[in-house]
Amino acid sequence: MRREGSPWQGLGAVMMKELADHLSSARMRVLEWLVVLTAVAALYSAIGQLRDTTAEDPFLLLRLFTVQSSSLPSFVAILGFLIPLMAIGLGFDAINGEYNHRTLSRILAQPIYRDALLIGKFLAGLVTLAISLTCLWLLVVGLALLFLGVPPGGEEIARSLVFLIVAVIYGGVWLALAMWLSVVFRSPATAALAALGIWLLLTLLWPMLAPAIANVIAPADPRYAALGLPTPETLEWQQILARLSPHDLFGEAMLAVLSPSTRALGPVFLNQLQGAVLGAPLPFDQSLLIAWPQTVSLIAAVILLVVGAYVTFQRREVRA
Amino acid sequence: MDAVIAAQGLTKRYDGAVVVDGIDFSVGKGETFGLLGPNGSGKTTTILMMLGLTERSAGNVTVLGEDPMRSPLTVKRRVGYLPDSIGFYDNLTATENLAYTARLMGLPRSERERRIAAALARVRLSGVAGKRVGTFSRGMQQRLGLAEIIMKRAEIAILDEPTSGLDPQSTIEFLDLIRELRGEGVTVLLSSHQLDQVQRICDRVALFQTGRIVLMGPVGDLARQVLGAGFVVEVEAEGQGLDRRLAAVPGVSAVASIGQNRYRLTADRDVRPEAARAVVAAGGALTKLSVDEPSLDAIYARYFQVGSGVPREVSDAA
Repeated sequence: MRREGSPWQGLGAVMMKELADHLSSARMRVLEWLVVLTAVAALYSAIGQLRDTTAEDPFLLLRLFTVQSSSLPSFVAILGFLIPLMAIGLGFDAINGEYNHRTLSRILAQPIYRDALLIGKFLAGLVTLAISLTCLWLLVVGLALLFLGVPPGGEEIARSLVFLIVAVIYGGVWLALAMWLSVVFRSPATAALAALGIWLLLTLLWPMLAPAIANVIAPADPRYAALGLPTPETLEWQQILARLSPHDLFGEAMLAVLSPSTRALGPVFLNQLQGAVLGAPLPFDQSLLIAWPQTVSLIAAVILLVVGAYVTFQRREVRA
Repeated sequence: MDAVIAAQGLTKRYDGAVVVDGIDFSVGKGETFGLLGPNGSGKTTTILMMLGLTERSAGNVTVLGEDPMRSPLTVKRRVGYLPDSIGFYDNLTATENLAYTARLMGLPRSERERRIAAALARVRLSGVAGKRVGTFSRGMQQRLGLAEIIMKRAEIAILDEPTSGLDPQSTIEFLDLIRELRGEGVTVLLSSHQLDQVQRICDRVALFQTGRIVLMGPVGDLARQVLGAGFVVEVEAEGQGLDRRLAAVPGVSAVASIGQNRYRLTADRDVRPEAARAVVAAGGALTKLSVDEPSLDAIYARYFQVGSGVPREVSDAA
């Protein structure tokens, strides 16, 4: 049987209220400063390195995102860690906060469905993320213009805009996860800890665990080992497992988009490279094609997690 | 009288535990109905089922002719709910809180501002409209909750434990506001465990015990039914053979002597005029005459004392 009325009734109102809450919260101030300071630190070292190679590189702006010095990882790598933190910070008390402030039953007694509350909160978090990341992006491009004095080309801008969009989607994954946990756990502290635990597991431990598990599933072939080569099956499993982590997907997509010379994200056979001009940049649309599966996977993860949160929330009793 | 809320066999089970056990009741348009009972007796769960906020396990309930599970938006648009936790956002001002509700309802901006200002004026909160709700006392928050119901122009106001935690002055003010609401034809349904306060404003009450309605009806009727009679009149008078004279007054069912020259009459109505006449006719000197209104507290205490935990058959005195 169909429900009466629109599930989106009140969505805009919830979203605007949550957005206002986010943007004026002290939490947001802390996150902003964290992001800006890290960005400045990463760019400072990158710009220092880039000054030496200005003339040689056609994609100077993009190099800004990816170059790493001995002491600091690249800007993209730092964002890969920071965006989840921001997203978890925005989402970990989304629903259980309403329970704990005892506001939930009054809000749900208004003529809206629970859908509007959950989706409204998610969208508000996503817009907040998008606003901060856009500011960051403008900051980086502006600083690049100031310090390097070389105007970026159209393709560079296009690629960095794709970076921005994928970064927001990546943030959406963590936001949806944090919100789901905020439905599952009644205490915001527990939800935050669980989210941070999953974040640590997927970004720090998983890259180490994936090869180990791959080795168990497909043990190394002694014939390849004798030649000093990795076994293709093991390599394949390793990649499949590693891609279960959104951090890995984000890293791969960024590699394809921001390093135009990236031709493939997995192991390739030598015959596949025949006729290729190694090191030559791919056209923009070809790079997009390489990053597309990763981007779609991230979007799918967002949808799955939001659906999980939705189903759990629908089954929750209103009474705290 | 049209029933705006009607429940038949309404039941809620949580993991096998029965919280609300097959209750039947109906509330007429414009009536003030009280759900009374100790904490945990199923009052709030009943309210949540009426709003479609929790699914019922069995039975039926209609609110304004609609099924709250099937058409929740219609029901929630026409019914105002004030939870026992109130639940306004502490970091928003009174106006902002009401504006949020109004936007959730989809009211246009001009209408919104007008209604909010009017509602805040009605509950005498206009002076603190721009203050954050976190700084409000419990009484002010309750009044703000009532302002929300007024702003919604709800046809039914459901108030969960509206007087708990209020000081006597705030309670009186709040009950006056509820009376005003009723004066405008709003049906009021309220739950409480503070029987004496609720008794003052309810047309009918339903007494809950462990998920069942054990008694239902106007307070006076319940008193007659449970206490044997509704009114207790105390007479202090000097004279000879007054007890026999008083016992002969029509409507008096018993006369007890409770001290020198003091008598307690149990009657089915207020028999003060007749008692006074009887004393004077007997040549006695009347020094004091008072009547005890039938009290819900007494009814409640007596009922559960007599029943000694065994619930009687549901009796509807209405």
